Amino acid sequence: MLSNVVWNMIGKGVLETLYMTLVSTFFAYAIGLPLGIALVVTDQEGIRPQTVINRTLGILVNLLRSVPFLILLIAVQPLTRKIVGTTLGSTATIVPLVIAAAPFIARLVESSVKEVDHGVIEAAQAMGATPAQIVWKVLLPEAKPSLVVGSAIAVTSILSYSAMAGIVGGGGLGDIAIRYGYYRYETEIMLITVALLVLLVQLMQETGMWIARTLDKRTSKKTSNAR
Amino acid sequence: MRRAFCAAYFCPKVGKGGEIVSQPLIQIEHLSKDFPSASGRITALDDVSLSIEQGEIFGIIGMSGAGKSTLVRCINILEQPTSGSVLLDGRDLTKLPKWELYRVRRSIGMIFQQFNLLMQRTALQNVCFPMELAGVEKGLAAKHAQELLELVGISDKAGAYPAQLSGGQRQRVAIARALATDAKVLLCDEATSALDPATTRDVLALLKDLNERLGITIVVITHEMRVIEQICHRVAILDNSRVVETGRVRDVFANPKSAAARRLIYPDDAEQANEVKGRAYRVVFDGSSSFEPVIANMVLEVSQPVNILFADTKDIQGQAYGQMVIQLPESTEAAGRMLSYLRSRGLTVEEAG
Repeated sequence: MLSNVVWNMIGKGVLETLYMTLVSTFFAYAIGLPLGIALVVTDQEGIRPQTVINRTLGILVNLLRSVPFLILLIAVQPLTRKIVGTTLGSTATIVPLVIAAAPFIARLVESSVKEVDHGVIEAAQAMGATPAQIVWKVLLPEAKPSLVVGSAIAVTSILSYSAMAGIVGGGGLGDIAIRYGYYRYETEIMLITVALLVLLVQLMQETGMWIARTLDKRTSKKTSNAR
Repeated sequence: MRRAFCAAYFCPKVGKGGEIVSQPLIQIEHLSKDFPSASGRITALDDVSLSIEQGEIFGIIGMSGAGKSTLVRCINILEQPTSGSVLLDGRDLTKLPKWELYRVRRSIGMIFQQFNLLMQRTALQNVCFPMELAGVEKGLAAKHAQELLELVGISDKAGAYPAQLSGGQRQRVAIARALATDAKVLLCDEATSALDPATTRDVLALLKDLNERLGITIVVITHEMRVIEQICHRVAILDNSRVVETGRVRDVFANPKSAAARRLIYPDDAEQANEVKGRAYRVVFDGSSSFEPVIANMVLEVSQPVNILFADTKDIQGQAYGQMVIQLPESTEAAGRMLSYLRSRGLTVEEAG
């Protein structure tokens, strides 16, 4: 049916999609994780209330999150060109993906970390923990399962956003789906790429949930954990 | 210096009933705490002064909303008092810089109603946690943690996560954790309120045992009189943000002076009994008489019946505490003989109402 050339192209598309998704997720977390923690720590109920900083960060995050991704994709092109040297291809797509995903991740991290029981934080303070120790030794480890669930959501969202970048020649499966399936009416190729995207999302989501379940010690799994 | 201090721990100068002769370990002076709220400021503590001696078990009791939780949080400055001072070993904690405070808190252990264990750590790792914060070497910390788990009687649960433990076991882990950095003081904030009565007794017995063996000073915050009567040497009664009464548990029990104390010690019917006019007498058991059937013996001796209007006595460490309100016979002669009989038994008798 489909020629080897097409299959090669699809194979390359899968790799490009994975590349964009994973690298973007990494950089988005590098920005979003500290941002999310800062949102919790500087909150009025947080361990270091800083109303002005908290409000400013909150507004910045909301601002970035309210820009439609397609607009952002085009609007940041000058910046992309400065960083990557081009606005085409999968590496160039990473820039808008990171900018769009980081504030989203910040909110995910914020809600995960806020789930940590206040009593546990108070206990750590009573033991003489510094705010930095509370972040590293209480908030992050205690929120870990929830953070992993969040990262599964983040990575699948980034994957679907990466497909959108096909509109401006972003590379990956989305690019193939638009160029062949949409512009050239090659329904078969479009269906295959879409099916592959569904499969990837499914796989990442399930893996994330599985890791989170394995990490979480809050449910009493007597057989697997008791020594 | 530190060694010498530890050695002093193991031979505490604690007399039975808590008569200790050294300077107070914790001295709270004119402590007040307000919270801002939508409708102006709320006073949680109003000019509270207390002194807690080295090696005693000190109870702070009050109804909910009396300010107990705020008071205990002012001892380790989890809440910064609005005014007043908290002296630990003569040092004012309210004036310490942050970094000094982090260090001092290591010497004040705290346990909570909801245990507040780290849910993603095993029991052993939980006990290691404060040592980790203090920078104790890992191997050393693990070894000490194992010893502490043994001390609280759950060394077999070292590898279990909190979710796999019962409430009583969790509180034992929390106690071991609170002791991990050689605490001088253990603050217990409603530590048994989430436990069933049998587990409560066990945990209280453990606290008493730790107090006797390690000489650690324990501050117990509770709303339950039975907690106070089981382990405390002295008690302060907190009512409406103020300390209304302080004293040795047996004295406060025998002779509650404040309305708040009476409300806590005796149920409502004690007050009702007081309203019965004429011939009603309150017999106070203050621990000087042993637990003998004194009223029955009195009736046998005088061969006249009495009407018991109210009774609430307790056997605390083999001695009778509490009070009884009895209505004496109409005959003044019989009544007089009964009164002198009771007084001869070392009981305080006073006209009720």
